[in-house]
Amino acid sequence: MSDIKKFLYVNRKPPYGTIYALESLEVVLIGAAFEQDVSLAFLDDGVFQLTRGQNTDAIGVKNFSPTFRALGDYEVTKLYVERESLDERGLTEGDLQEITYEDEDDDWEEKPSIRVVSRAEMAEIMADQDVVLSF
Amino acid sequence: MKIGVVVSEGPYTHQAADTAYQFVKAALDKGHEVPRVFFYHDGVNVSTRLSVPPQDERHIQKQWTALAQEHEIDLVVCIAAAQRRGLLDENEAKRQGKDAHNIAEGFRISGLGQLIEMGIQTDRLVTFGD
Repeated sequence: MSDIKKFLYVNRKPPYGTIYALESLEVVLIGAAFEQDVSLAFLDDGVFQLTRGQNTDAIGVKNFSPTFRALGDYEVTKLYVERESLDERGLTEGDLQEITYEDEDDDWEEKPSIRVVSRAEMAEIMADQDVVLSF
Repeated sequence: MKIGVVVSEGPYTHQAADTAYQFVKAALDKGHEVPRVFFYHDGVNVSTRLSVPPQDERHIQKQWTALAQEHEIDLVVCIAAAQRRGLLDENEAKRQGKDAHNIAEGFRISGLGQLIEMGIQTDRLVTFGD
């Protein structure tokens, strides 16, 4: 394991209804130990994974959304959210959780992990990866 | 070229495990290497040795077991996904106090790290799923 590869985890599905979102996050958390260059992408219904104020009491499944806020501690600091997917669902960046990380290269300044990008920019981000895992 | 394969949907319900199988065979025929196939989400269900499809249908688990043995492919089943869905090898069954285990020959249960490692060590990662 000499070279560092660029890993992109693509999240396209809503947080509940299927297990893809939860099991994607499990891969991200385990994968963090491998010290690769990790990014996450949220598009289509995947943008719902990051919405604030999730409450799953009525459906009897675990609300795992707080885990996203811990990603900074795992040095997972690039969460790309597609603007068009937000727009199409009547969401804005303000509907998303605040997720931050402490930048070790900038005196541990707290910075936002979520970066809203256009569909065209998302395509470029994808093209730039070595490994794309789609969930 | 070294190709890593992910199967992320269950057998019979979904074509992913079949298409992945055909893909791996074709890749090997072309002289590529497929060192590992990783089963995740409902894909872990491919590994049960208790599947009994009608005799005139393909047996997906046996196809994979035979292919893996012939070409020394490492068939890895994600432990977290497997345990949720009731797939245990002998050790895990013992550890969890269960009275049965059901992982087929040629498959092994291991962690998600094996998926990441496969991504690092192969030239291409190909996912079969939705």
